[in-house]
This record gives sequence, C-alpha cells and structure tokens, in this order.
Amino acid sequence: MSLLHFFGQTLRIATPYLFAAAGGALAERAGVVSLTLEGFMLGGAFGAAIGAWLGGGAWFGILGGLAVGLLLGGLHALGSIRFGADQIVSGVAINLLVVGATRFALQLAFDSSSNSPRIAGFDGFANPLIWAALLLTPLLAVLLNRTRLGLRIRAVGEHPQAAATLGVPVARVQAVAVVISGGLAALGGAYLTLDQHQFTDSMTAGRGFIALAAVIFGRWQPLRAAVACLLFAAAETLQIQLQATQWIAAQFVVMIPYVLTIVAVAGAVTRAKPPAALGRPLAS
Amino acid sequence: MSRLLILTVALFLLHAGLQWVEPASAGLAAHGQGPRVGVVFDLGGRGDKSFNDGAYVGAMRAVKALGAQVRFVEPGEGSDREAGLRLLAAEGMDLVIGVGFIFSDDLTGLAKEYPNIAFAGVDYAVALDGQGQPIQPPPNLAALKFREEQGSFLVGALAALVGGSKKVGFVGGMDTPLIHKFEAGYRAGVLHVCPDCTVLAQYAGVTPEAFRNPGRGKELALSQYQQGVRVIYHASGSTGLGVFEAARVQHGLGIGVDADQYDEAPGFILTSMVKRVDNAVYDAIDRVKAKKFHGGIIQFGLAEDGVGYVYDAHNRALIPSQVHDRLEQLKADIVAGRLQVPSTR
Repeated sequence: MSLLHFFGQTLRIATPYLFAAAGGALAERAGVVSLTLEGFMLGGAFGAAIGAWLGGGAWFGILGGLAVGLLLGGLHALGSIRFGADQIVSGVAINLLVVGATRFALQLAFDSSSNSPRIAGFDGFANPLIWAALLLTPLLAVLLNRTRLGLRIRAVGEHPQAAATLGVPVARVQAVAVVISGGLAALGGAYLTLDQHQFTDSMTAGRGFIALAAVIFGRWQPLRAAVACLLFAAAETLQIQLQATQWIAAQFVVMIPYVLTIVAVAGAVTRAKPPAALGRPLAS
Repeated sequence: MSRLLILTVALFLLHAGLQWVEPASAGLAAHGQGPRVGVVFDLGGRGDKSFNDGAYVGAMRAVKALGAQVRFVEPGEGSDREAGLRLLAAEGMDLVIGVGFIFSDDLTGLAKEYPNIAFAGVDYAVALDGQGQPIQPPPNLAALKFREEQGSFLVGALAALVGGSKKVGFVGGMDTPLIHKFEAGYRAGVLHVCPDCTVLAQYAGVTPEAFRNPGRGKELALSQYQQGVRVIYHASGSTGLGVFEAARVQHGLGIGVDADQYDEAPGFILTSMVKRVDNAVYDAIDRVKAKKFHGGIIQFGLAEDGVGYVYDAHNRALIPSQVHDRLEQLKADIVAGRLQVPSTR
C-alpha cells in the first residue's frame, strides 16, 4: 500500500464529509441545528441520479443534486424558521421524509426498490466534486469571517436579538444559510451517486451524522471542521487497510473511526463553544 | 384544545375509513382453489432484485401450478412488520410467510398464538439456548434456511480456478455469524482447489447500514484489487454494487449473491451464488397443499436445489468447460456427503 493510495482513498472518502460539514458549519453558525445533513445528502444523492438520468450527463447530476438540496434546505427553513418549529424535530422529520420519499420515487422512476439503473458519472479523481470540496473550505472560511453576510450569519447565531436591533433581517439570514447548507450537503450526496454511477436506497449510510460530528469536533469553524473530516476519512482508510492485513482482530479495527470520534469530541468539546443561540430561534 | 380534539377525531375517522381500502401492494394475486397464502415482504419489498423478488416468483409459480391464492403485504419502515403478519394470520390464511431473517422473532410469537395456522420464515434465524443448542421453532413454524456455505464453496473454487491470482477477495456486509457462513464456505472452496491461495476477507461495518453502503463497498474492493486480487465475492446487499463498480474501474471480476446479479455490471460478473428463495417458498406452499406441512428447521442446500451458482450464456465465456466440470464434480461430492463444507470460520 503506497502512501499515494492512502491519500487518494482518504480524499475520496472525505469528499462527501467535506461538503456536508461545510453545510453544517454554515447553518449552525447561523443558529440553526443541522441534524438534517443526512437527509440533505440522501436527497442530493437521489437528485443526482434523476438529473444525470434525465439530462444524460454527469454535470446534470450535479445540478439535480444541488436542486434537491436547495429545495430540502428551503423546506427546513420554512418549518423551523418561518413557522418556528423545533429545529431538531423538523430536522429529524426531514431525514425520515427523505428516506421514504427517495424510496418511493425510486419505485416510481425506475421501478425498483433497491437501486437506479447505471447513470453517467465521474471516475475517481476526474470527479470535479472532489476538487470543489477542497476549494469550498477556504471559500466558506472567507465568507464567514471576512464578508458582511458572514458577519451577519455569525451575529444571528450568537445573539439574534442584538442583530435584530441593529436591523439585520434575522429570519432571512438564517433562511439563506439553511438553504445554502442544504445545497452543499446535497453535493456530498451527489458525489456518492456520481462516483457509483448509481443511486442506491439509503446509500448515505449515516455520513451526514459523521459530518455533523466533524462540525462539532471542528468547533463550528470551517477549516477545523474540514480537518476533522479528513481525520475521520483517514481513520476509515486505515481501517480498510488494516482489515486487509489482518494484523488485528477485525472488530477492533472497525471501531477505530468511532473511538477516534469519541476521544476527539470528548477532548475537544470541553473547550468548544457552540453558537450561543444555536437551536433557539428569535422570538417574534 | 378543541381544534386538537377535532383534528384527532378526523384523523381517527380517516384511519378507520382506510381499513376498507385495499392497498395496492396487498392485493390478491389470483383466485384459485388452492391454499390461501399470505406473504409479507422484507424492507425493500418488490423490486429489490433479491429476496423479495425471489419470494414473489415462487409464490406466483404456486399460483399457477397449485392454484394458490396469494396475498402480498409490503410493510414500511420498522414497526408494522409484525402487524402485517398478524393481519394475515387473523384472516385465517392457511400459510403465512415472512421473507427475511428480520421476521424471526415475530413469527415465533405469532406461531404460538395461532397454532392452527402454518407459518414459514425465509432465512429464519434460529435462536440458541444457554448451551448454544438451537431452540426448535414451534411445530407449526417452518424455518426455511439455506446452506449458503455450500454455494459459497463452489463460487470460491471458481474464483480460485479462473482468477489467475493467488489472492482472492471477499467483501461482507455486517460482521455477523450469518455472513461469516458465506465467508467460511467461500474460503474453504478457495483453499480446496488452491491450498496456497490467501483470501482477503473484509467487512463493511458492524451495523445494518453496512448492507447499504456502496461507497464503502467500492473503497474496500478498490483496495483489494490494488493488492492483486482478481475476483471478489460479496455478501453485502447493496454495498456489493460498489464492489461491482470497483470491478469496472479495475477491470476485475465480481461474484454476485442471493440472486443472479449479472445485470448490475454486465461483463464484470463472474457468476452469482444464488439462493433459490423461489424454490423454498414454492416448496412450503406445496407442502401445505399436500397436507404434508411440518414445522422445524428445513435446510435448502445444493441437494435440494436451494443454493447454486449461475452458469449460463452470459458467463460461459469466462468459465472454461473443464473448470465447469470440476465444479460439477465438487457439487456432486458435496451432495453425496463426500465433502463437508464448514459453516463457521
């Protein structure tokens, strides 16, 4: 196993995490809980399949995934911001909705309950989404820390009342952040579909929650969250490689990413401070 | 408060009204004079290209050949599996079939509750008592089990014979004894024809999600192909679709499982280890019709045509005829009991 293979595999595994974690960091910094990442990703994965199938090309897949993600982000914004539903409840509801809806749509569109037919996609590192994921992190950091919108997003997440007093349209800023977060996380799902040339029922397999853990681990900062994503991906790669060598019992090797997560989060969270108004919408 | 009450009442009435609506998936397949059979599908339902479709094919064959009247129920996520079985049992079906090991506990409970109805569980997981001895299912419950290790043995021998590499791959889904059975038989098959071969066996995870993670499957398979493996056998649900995708990229070969998976990646599928769920389901219905139904553990192996491997026009070019002869010889040895295949690793 060469080092190049190791890094390549780490990068491929990290790509969906990077997208979802970027989306998660954005929404949570605006004060909206991101339990929805899993649902956004799965929706994006399905949207990619539909897009690539109808459009006949992988780029249409990216568009399709993005569209579904923005739509789901809008739904979450509608429920949790416009109508003030509990953000956790709305998030869980969207996750469940997407699992059922994609399965239903899979049946309708492709007459199968397990997977779509083979669609156009990208192979390995020809996948533009890998490179986009790497570019995305610094862009997001700049957006959050150096732009007016970023300042507003942070203000809204830390102290919505204060922001409102200064004339920041709190609900609108939050909605924008959530909708963009939906689009970003969905691109992570689209990556999975386009890499597999296929959508498979429930194919995100909990990646959205790992990404959320990376956001918390990264203390809600895009760069740190991205490093956390790469770390988790490296642990998974290590697990795949070690399992093949059979030096250690497989059960132990399978634990590595999870143990690492627990250790990291337990060690990091003591010093981490979430956005002060996370999950508490502005009373209007 | 009163609005909430009105809403609750309205929902209740709607629910009650729906009792008279026949769900599209729960339709009566045909009207005949044969036994009344209810089939409850596992998650995924019809169109899963695997277990559920196999059960459907078997049941439809029984409709044609035995005049059976079959009702299919397709439960949604989670909790209403038991309700589906109970509905059919309460309607007084002659035979109620649960497709998938997930029904094991529900079937055991219902079989005790309805002693006059025959139950059958495809891939029923037999519980073990304190001494590790299997607990026999109730007398009216047939546990339809497959000797996956026997079919896996044959595809393992095939992988070693045509792969042209001393390394042979295996990708499992969830790391459980059920999947170890596939690995054990496969490994034994590989080593039987190639004692100095090594089997790289990897699992996608330790939760049920490991059966639905093609992304992980692809990465596992890519790393195996890069280590010199030529053929990978998967027993991992839709995770295996990722294995096939890796086979395309690396120009390797994959071996399908449960059903013939040739269509998933034409040209890259060496063969598939098929579990003839259709035969098991048909057999159970046939027994009920002939009044020969009995409970207990019923094994479907190579001898009963319950497991096997695919050899047809699609993969004949990949399998030289002397290799095919060798496999058939091995199969005959297993059927005759001259060759014992381990089911644990």
